[in-house]
Amino acid sequence: MSAVQIVIAGFGGQGILFAGKFLAYKGLLEEKNVSWLPSYGPEMRGGTANCSVILSDSAIGSPIVTHPDVLMVMNLPSLDKFENAVVPGGKIFVDSTLIERKVKRTDVEVHYVPATQMATDAGIPTLANMLLTGKLMKEVPALCGGDWEAALKKVVSARHQELLAYNLKALQTGAAFEG
Amino acid sequence: MADKVLMKGNEALAEAAIQAGCRHYFGYPITPQTEVAAYMAKRMPKIGGCFLQAESEIAAINMVYGVASAGKRVMTSSSSPGISLKEEGISYLAGADLPAFIVNVQRGGPGLGGIQPSQSDYFQSTRGGGHGDYHIIVLAPSSVQEMADLTVKGFDLADEYRMPAMVLADGTMGQMMEPVTMGNYQPKTVEKPWAVTGTKMQRPHNIVNSLYLNPEELERTNFERYARYAVIEQKEAMYESFLMEDADICVTAFGIAARVSRNAVLAARAEGFKVGLLRPITLWPFPKAPFAEAADRVSAFISVELSMGQMIEDVELATRCKRPVYLCNRTGGMIPSPEQVLAKIKEIAGGLK
Repeated sequence: MSAVQIVIAGFGGQGILFAGKFLAYKGLLEEKNVSWLPSYGPEMRGGTANCSVILSDSAIGSPIVTHPDVLMVMNLPSLDKFENAVVPGGKIFVDSTLIERKVKRTDVEVHYVPATQMATDAGIPTLANMLLTGKLMKEVPALCGGDWEAALKKVVSARHQELLAYNLKALQTGAAFEG
Repeated sequence: MADKVLMKGNEALAEAAIQAGCRHYFGYPITPQTEVAAYMAKRMPKIGGCFLQAESEIAAINMVYGVASAGKRVMTSSSSPGISLKEEGISYLAGADLPAFIVNVQRGGPGLGGIQPSQSDYFQSTRGGGHGDYHIIVLAPSSVQEMADLTVKGFDLADEYRMPAMVLADGTMGQMMEPVTMGNYQPKTVEKPWAVTGTKMQRPHNIVNSLYLNPEELERTNFERYARYAVIEQKEAMYESFLMEDADICVTAFGIAARVSRNAVLAARAEGFKVGLLRPITLWPFPKAPFAEAADRVSAFISVELSMGQMIEDVELATRCKRPVYLCNRTGGMIPSPEQVLAKIKEIAGGLK
């Protein structure tokens, strides 16, 4: 069974759920089985948010990801919470502008991307989420393919299609980042 | 509209209700079913339907009673504590033989409980829920596609048997997104000569009522209703059987618990354990036959539930306690992990050797 289990986590308002939806839609367009499950709760903007995303060639059982192959984190509490859940050999993507500490695990592949700083420098300060997602897709072969723009069109609301170009720029900037 | 789209379970359910011909929604907000009401609020005014946020759950269910009496497809949705408030009205709907569609996106209880997923309203929904002798049809989706499909089915069954039907989901089913295909539904059209639609001086009055002060008459209506229930038990039970052919242990679960159990069953199979999964899709009527049949072949059952063990009683009844039935559970908003279910399978398999 070829499946990728992803957890994306950070603060509410950072576009955590949006990034997950984008990956799920990209999988759907590639005719994979997909599931997307948000954490939900009384948290508001500024609280913690995370989502589980699964892309698989076969039917998906539980949509709850307890041991992610891929973890993307955009705040310290999320790294603290999910670091040890990642499977050995898994990949962790850290927004190093917002998280100062290093990953303690030595059996995982870690990518530190100053996503928030890079997004600000690129004039798209609210798209650090997509910038980090771009790097993530670049580094995870199962997520790399597909039509990024078509998937973006599905998740960027019809009223705001002018934001499409900015999102694509964020993805490409992240994907081009070496580090 | 027949394309595959990603939707939340709650939204897919709401869209399916509209496609089933429902044009009347009455509700009162509560997590984790909020998206059902939000979707209806957005869509109903555009298609000539009615979305109404009532002043309370009790008001909402009685509005459902009104529209159901007029013979129109109507629904309400809520989550556990809100459903408890609606139970009086559900009993009245059952007593008046009215079709209605009710959604319970369950959260942890008792009391106000929490807002995380739960299956602890199994007793409440499968035993009627309110006072008096009655049942409602209870459908338990295990995917976003089923959130939609079983909604259309629920409206059809409610009309056909003149009784309330419920989709019993949970917070996970409501909140998760999966690909779903809709748009090809062919909802049944059921004649409703009993509906109160105005006589136009052409026919005697129809009366919709649940009050029978004459006990002989009330007994007769209950007997008639239970004769109908017997037909439903015979004809409408639904389940899914997964890897049961050569199974020695039968895991059983519904809704999100079945999704978790499926992972565990596959993991156990990979380690050589002969395990299968029986997933009830209707909780009332409970699919007794496949359980009775499995009891002749398997050594044990494991009921996986997000409760302190409620469906387990129906498994014991359906199997006449022929084989031991073990419980594997979390409660209060917690969800069992596939690892927990796998460990239980191994524990039971070890004990059997």
